[in-house]
Amino acid sequence: VTVSVALGRRRRVESLTGWAFVTPATVIIGLFGAAPIIWSLLISFTNDNGLSSASSFIGVRNYKALVHDPVVTQAIAHTLVYTALFVPGTMLVGLFLAVAMNRKLRFMWLYRTAAYATMAISTISEALVFIWLFDPSFGVVNYVFSLLRIPQQAFLNSPAEALYVIVVMTIWGWSGFAVVIYLAALQGVPQDLVEAAAIDGAGRWATFRRITLPLLSPASLFLAVWLTINALQLFDEVYLSTRGGPLGATTVVVFYLWDQAFQNFNFGYASAIAYLLFIVILVVTAIQFRVGRRFTYYRS
Amino acid sequence: MTVVPEAPMSTVTVVRAQTVMAGRRSRLPFSPWHLVLIPATIALLFPFVWLVVTSVETLGESLRFPPDLTPHVIRLRNYPDALAAAPFGRFFINSSIVAVSTVLCNLVLCAGAGYAFARLRFLGRTALFIVMMATLMVPFQVTMIPQFIITKWIGVHLLAGAGIGHIGALIVPNAATAFGVFFLRQFFRTLPVEYEEAALVDGANRLAVLWRIVLPLSAPALATLAALTFLDSWNNFLWPLIAINSTAASTLPLGLATFQGAHSTEWPLLMAGNVMSLAPMMAVFLIAQRYFIRSVAATGLTGI
Repeated sequence: VTVSVALGRRRRVESLTGWAFVTPATVIIGLFGAAPIIWSLLISFTNDNGLSSASSFIGVRNYKALVHDPVVTQAIAHTLVYTALFVPGTMLVGLFLAVAMNRKLRFMWLYRTAAYATMAISTISEALVFIWLFDPSFGVVNYVFSLLRIPQQAFLNSPAEALYVIVVMTIWGWSGFAVVIYLAALQGVPQDLVEAAAIDGAGRWATFRRITLPLLSPASLFLAVWLTINALQLFDEVYLSTRGGPLGATTVVVFYLWDQAFQNFNFGYASAIAYLLFIVILVVTAIQFRVGRRFTYYRS
Repeated sequence: MTVVPEAPMSTVTVVRAQTVMAGRRSRLPFSPWHLVLIPATIALLFPFVWLVVTSVETLGESLRFPPDLTPHVIRLRNYPDALAAAPFGRFFINSSIVAVSTVLCNLVLCAGAGYAFARLRFLGRTALFIVMMATLMVPFQVTMIPQFIITKWIGVHLLAGAGIGHIGALIVPNAATAFGVFFLRQFFRTLPVEYEEAALVDGANRLAVLWRIVLPLSAPALATLAALTFLDSWNNFLWPLIAINSTAASTLPLGLATFQGAHSTEWPLLMAGNVMSLAPMMAVFLIAQRYFIRSVAATGLTGI
């Protein structure tokens, strides 16, 4: 009897100790991470305008308005176009650079550092440099175009081009990250498999296509999911370079959400947009996992 | 996927493979990969180079087309001019305070919670863990409006320094993250439990075990979490944009964005401000490069 009492006491002590250890983190994550998930759902059913006194329950009216809001439709279209270009673009650039850098050569430290350096730059610094590079009147890119006899472009001032300039600057900004992930994966590719293929007479391209690429597929799936989640949340570069313009051409979902929430203080409507974004991210990620699993090859 | 089956290695094929490789190599005195890597490196570095070049040009030089690829006079005055136009020193101090505090809070709080989830049995452990992990799936934009309301309330009713407009507002909501808790829990579970049991038998309490035994064994994981948290905090823009409304409390990205809004066509001045904004992080990154790279690579390996 005494043993079981002592055991029970020890369990209670352990339970209390456990709670003492988790409480500080739980308070922070609960207050700023968990509770707001439910809270913003509740706000999305109100006409909250940032003044706590004047909000009332309006049912699904915000969600109905969403469906009929042409800006929302456009913002989703812009976000999807951006994601569809940015994600494969970054993966291809990262894969290409990582394959080129996965060997022992002179000056390799310099090549690799150049790629890694893009990870240290903030989105705001990155956007500021690229606005200057793509300046329609004095920018270097238009200068290079003039040398190549390509007509001068308006870039960020053109509704037809602005989104693509943002694609280019963000691919540059994320290339270092993709290189790191692919280089780490390439270093896990067993050399004996590659050599065996070469001995069997497989060309370099065939070896890469049939041996290396399948072994990289877990890294590719990770990058695809990670980059997509970030792409769907694009904001910083848009805020700095175009503020959603010109003529709404770069209004992406999060920019419109921020604009509704913190420029117009339509907290209710903005929360509905946030939930729409959440659902888009969940659906896209789920599809990527389902499709990705089929093409992903795990050793072990 | 089919892997090429083991081949019977005849000497003929080996010799052939070797001559093919040797033949490819002998054409150039250096590896052909340099021909790919040099242009790629130029493309990667050019934005940095052009940033620095513009930062020492005169306004007149910057507004010339075709652009001068080398400045005639190096005008370093742009730097003091930028400092006079916006307090980049203040932004740097704010960013440093925010990033360092956020890292320290995360290390302490996530280590405590991660250890409890890894080793202790307590009532509601599984449920709490599931709820915490569920928050990982939710994008920040979903929680930012309530986070703004809560932060505002805290500033008014609890602690002014953690309210809207103060840098505390950038630290408190990020003082612990579900990612940090999960990451450290996973690492703690890989440690051998015997040392801890021995210490407990000797009468040490859990806090002493965590502090004296577990944390010293976890230096690589703690370093990884610190590096990732630091990068995230230093480069964060959306939350400071919402939570901070004064120049005095701005961090570097926010201060730089405001600076750009006020001097939108004075390129040399803007680029001088930009160089000052990104130089500290770039220096830290280059000095601790291996360490940052390992941390970023770890996110790719833990994830999926």
